[in-house]
Amino acid sequence: MSEANHIEVEGLRLSYGHQEVLHGISFAVRRHEILGVIGPAQSGKTSLLRCLNRTIEFTPGAHVSGTVRVDGEDVRKVASVYELRRKIGMVAPLPVGLPLTIYDNVAFAPRCAGLRARAALDGLVEKCLRQAALWDEVKDRLDTLGTRLSGGQQQRLTIARALSHQPEVLCLDEFSIAIDPVTTMRIEEVLKELRREMTIILVTNLVQQARRLADRTMFLWNGEIVELDRSEVIFSEQPASRQTYEYVNGIFG
Amino acid sequence: MNTENIPDAATTANRFTETELVRKKYRAESVAKYLFLSMAILMIIPLVSLVSYVVYRAWPSLGLEFILEVPLRGMREGGVWSALVGTVYLVVVALSISAPVGVLAAIYLNEYAKDNWFHRAINLAVINLAGVPSIVHALFGLGAFVYAAKFGYSILSASLTLAIMTMPVVITSTREALNAVPQSFREACWNVGATRWQTIRRIVLPNSISGVLTGVILEVSRTAGETAPIMFTGAVFYKAVERGDFLPYHLTDQCMALSLHLFAISTQVPDVKESLPFATAVVLLLVVLSVNATSIGLRTWLRSRKKW
Repeated sequence: MSEANHIEVEGLRLSYGHQEVLHGISFAVRRHEILGVIGPAQSGKTSLLRCLNRTIEFTPGAHVSGTVRVDGEDVRKVASVYELRRKIGMVAPLPVGLPLTIYDNVAFAPRCAGLRARAALDGLVEKCLRQAALWDEVKDRLDTLGTRLSGGQQQRLTIARALSHQPEVLCLDEFSIAIDPVTTMRIEEVLKELRREMTIILVTNLVQQARRLADRTMFLWNGEIVELDRSEVIFSEQPASRQTYEYVNGIFG
Repeated sequence: MNTENIPDAATTANRFTETELVRKKYRAESVAKYLFLSMAILMIIPLVSLVSYVVYRAWPSLGLEFILEVPLRGMREGGVWSALVGTVYLVVVALSISAPVGVLAAIYLNEYAKDNWFHRAINLAVINLAGVPSIVHALFGLGAFVYAAKFGYSILSASLTLAIMTMPVVITSTREALNAVPQSFREACWNVGATRWQTIRRIVLPNSISGVLTGVILEVSRTAGETAPIMFTGAVFYKAVERGDFLPYHLTDQCMALSLHLFAISTQVPDVKESLPFATAVVLLLVVLSVNATSIGLRTWLRSRKKW
């Protein structure tokens, strides 16, 4: 394997019962890049992310074959799956504020990992909330419920929570689906900052978002990779595949 | 009237005229509504008439004295203290067995169990156990606890029998409460590397405890009224008890119970003071209703602290 690849996926197949949703896909994610993943609904984007941190195992009837390597290590052979999940930050499409205070929302993961010292937690909570561009709005009411925040704030809270276990990879699954364009732009700014520290996989329905942010873009369709290339190529007039051109330009899909 | 200048009038008027179809729709609507309403009102009638009739017939005997006094003169007079304490004993012991076992089993089934034949078999067992008639439980308790386990006719045997009877319902109500916690909360926890237990302890349980507790407490009221299972395994018609004694029984003793006492003085003992069975029924009702009220109060209080 090459040092430049943070995540390597080889021949990944996933089926729910008799229905196969990923048909043996292979790709690699490079360190400190933003990889955009685009494709219509039902193309397997979310399932793909769930294979990375093995939360797919919580879905009854899901069967995975092929290998996923994070930092060169097969995720199915890692010593601790919880360690693996802490390495990968996940942001779900709909914001999920846990029914805890804002502070506890962010401190949840570190506490689960055994961090108890108040001072360390305080520092970490502030850092993550700052990174998620939420700190200024909530710094005076950290002890109010996270579920009382607005949708956009909750989504940033979710991002702060995903950052709280100091992941090396951040996966965002259509994070802007429930929030307004202004907040979306703010988070996009945040992502540009974060990429210096971590690798980012950005699953998105918004083709333009991938174009704005992603270094490379992968077009996933019906559980297969149609094309994976630098974003300039994907969004140019001549991507390798006709299908990509048509999808990106809104001709189909 | 010159309608030519206001051409819209006709169409406007037309638009709001009731057609036959609309009238029919309204008729059906009100018929349906009042039919359902009358059925709902019908539900109140039995309760109100039952309670008022029982209280009316019980009136001459009612009072604090009736609760504190033990049965006198071969259960023809006196109060219900020994039976009341016996019922409390049975319920408390039964619940302290079935609540922990039932709740923990429900947590396993709901949070850990994968969908495979083994767990399906457990689910099937729970459902079927809930459907077993109480008299069959009684017979089982007699064979298993009284004879096989050699606990004899005792509070222990009776409570174990009651516990087995209530466990499936505790499991079912607990699972319902756990299910009410959105799945997205669990996924959010798993995504940040929390174990199942951390997820359960920090998120699932704190947010379902109201449902879990009320389910368990409501089981008490069901248990308090059971007759057959305890009659077979540990409740007796009469046992001498001191007036107002809070700890008259040992775990291995037989005891009196309200439900069985009611049966006894209504059908087995001649020349009982007429209001006595009704007063006993009132006490049983009070036990059940106060337990239900506690449960509702607790639920309201816990709901008010709910966080999403």
